[in-house]
Amino acid sequence: MVTHLRAATEPGPATDPRPTLAVWKFASCDGCQLTLLDCEDELLGLTERVRIDHFLEMTPAEGADGERARLAGRGPYDLSLVEGSITTAEDAERIQHVRRISRYLVTIGACATAGGIQALRNFTDVDEFLDAVYAQPEYIGTLETSTPISAHVPVDFELRGCPIDRRQLLEVITAHLAGRRPQISSHSVCFECKRRGTTCITVAHGTPCLGPVTHAGCGAICPAFGRGCYGCFGPMSKPNLRSMVAQLRHDGMSERDIQRVFRTFNAASPEYAPVPDLAAEGQHSSRA
Amino acid sequence: MSLDADGNASPAAASDGLVISRGGMAALVDVLVRRGFTVVGPTVRDGAIVLAELRSADELPYGRGVELEAGRYRLRERSDGAAFANSAGPQSWKAFLHPSRVREWSADRVGDEVVFTADQVTPPRYAFLGVRPCDLRAIAVQDRVLTGGVYRDPVYEGRRSGALLIVVECTEPGATCFCVSMGTGPAASPGYDLVMTEVVDEDGHHFWARSGSPEGAEILAELPGHPADPETQETARAGVAAAADRMGRTLPEADLRELMAGTLDAPRWDDVAGRCLTCGNCTMVCPTCFCTTTEDITDLTGDHAERWRLWDSCFDLDFSQLHGGPVRASSRSRYRQWMTHKLGTWYDQFGSSGCVGCGRCIVWCPVGIDITEEAAALHDWTRSGAPESAPESP
Repeated sequence: MVTHLRAATEPGPATDPRPTLAVWKFASCDGCQLTLLDCEDELLGLTERVRIDHFLEMTPAEGADGERARLAGRGPYDLSLVEGSITTAEDAERIQHVRRISRYLVTIGACATAGGIQALRNFTDVDEFLDAVYAQPEYIGTLETSTPISAHVPVDFELRGCPIDRRQLLEVITAHLAGRRPQISSHSVCFECKRRGTTCITVAHGTPCLGPVTHAGCGAICPAFGRGCYGCFGPMSKPNLRSMVAQLRHDGMSERDIQRVFRTFNAASPEYAPVPDLAAEGQHSSRA
Repeated sequence: MSLDADGNASPAAASDGLVISRGGMAALVDVLVRRGFTVVGPTVRDGAIVLAELRSADELPYGRGVELEAGRYRLRERSDGAAFANSAGPQSWKAFLHPSRVREWSADRVGDEVVFTADQVTPPRYAFLGVRPCDLRAIAVQDRVLTGGVYRDPVYEGRRSGALLIVVECTEPGATCFCVSMGTGPAASPGYDLVMTEVVDEDGHHFWARSGSPEGAEILAELPGHPADPETQETARAGVAAAADRMGRTLPEADLRELMAGTLDAPRWDDVAGRCLTCGNCTMVCPTCFCTTTEDITDLTGDHAERWRLWDSCFDLDFSQLHGGPVRASSRSRYRQWMTHKLGTWYDQFGSSGCVGCGRCIVWCPVGIDITEEAAALHDWTRSGAPESAPESP
């Protein structure tokens, strides 16, 4: 990790020792890229340490001859941040290119890491949608599925969230620059509630909450404001969904509600695959 | 000297203690604040009785009780106006003595050198008002763990050494309480600076206060009240004795250390693993769980680094991460580690049980896993056909 970073000064200007950073967009809403721009206080410091070579969100469009470079980038880049999922044949090719010109590739956000909300198509017939939504569906070029970047190319690190957390993004970049492992925990959101002293809203109020199966990183924002976690960071390591589903039922959620609460930004996470069956099978039982 | 309700000087800090009113409780907080303490005690926030800094005794949860069950906590009104007739709140005193996040040191690159600076923040001098007897014992457990060995934790020691402990004996155990099984309550054991017993009867709302240290005696002497009369003492003692008979839970009457060591292969661990979310809540609310992790961070310049200490949990997969993966990958092994340590191997390591019977892990488990129920199931297993010598399991 460090060695390739240090080698990273070429092919940029020979006088510029900074590693290069590229930010890529696939099927997504741009919110995670914006998180980088939201690093207002740190942004100048960041540009002193890395040369941001490709970031369409913050640079003017290039001239006509640069059109292809604008979309694909020339590279190579030391660190590529990839937002978005793969939903078109063109993007499936483009991510191969991005991988080839990136020394270290980090996915940012639920789309790039799990397929995003657009992965709801994975559970249904896309052609039916096209017919229903578009007057001329033949103009639409799309794949049957929305897939995470890791389904297409090797990924060096996946940063969770919809959107990602600003501090975690800085941690990933800073750790990369220092040649160390990012301090990104994969335990439950409950850790974060307890560390900040939030009273458990499930236990004290009966509010359904996905915190016990959800990947930490947000700082447990929603429970701190009395709202149940809705899992925007996706599943934690080895979640116990059987027990979680039983608890959600205990807290008053219907089979349909339970299915829907897991069908959001991380709907296609493999960990969530058993949820529909678990929600259905428990219809007539409840927590002991 | 102290003043009675009429403002007359009265001989206080007598061995029988002092009876103070709600006004006396208000005076106590004022005295503590005046003496420079940061007063922390129970108060209502976000639908629970939490521990927070108190600026006056008005913030105490007068007239608020709790209904507790496994995985369930609800506030309710109390017609008697009692302030301390509640238990198993969402936090324990370790939130103040052993904080969830501490910066241990920072380092800066200066020229060719790296300069380390230890964080030496002078902690506030805490007065903990309303420590329950079980929690007093929990503090004693953490004293042994964090300051009793060769390596003393300066963060804990700094906060603990100046802390004034004001215990309120338990007269209203919750449905999840089992301090009697653990021998930690409902009466206070030594170690406090002041101890009080709340009495609400036809004569009014009183607190029978006694000192347990010279500083406690000094503070008591500043409070308005009257020397404890035999009737009040009798009522107070009876209230505590009655609480002992109203424990909501019990642990099996067995040698728990042996029970834990002898049931490592019980099928019950698979059963509880099916329910356990491995979310870590039980360890975070436990007043004796002390594990931490270390995070080293650097800033963008690469010239500044910090070491932080955060609460960790044996339910975290990263907790046992070694080369090649976590040692305790299954939730079965993680729950078993927590419970066998708490009730069993804690004796080997620290000379006592790690459990004080406060019931927080039962209440604040989102799915209501009950350590007393699990212990009972293991106990039943040993008595009903457990293999004579169970094979070792990973």
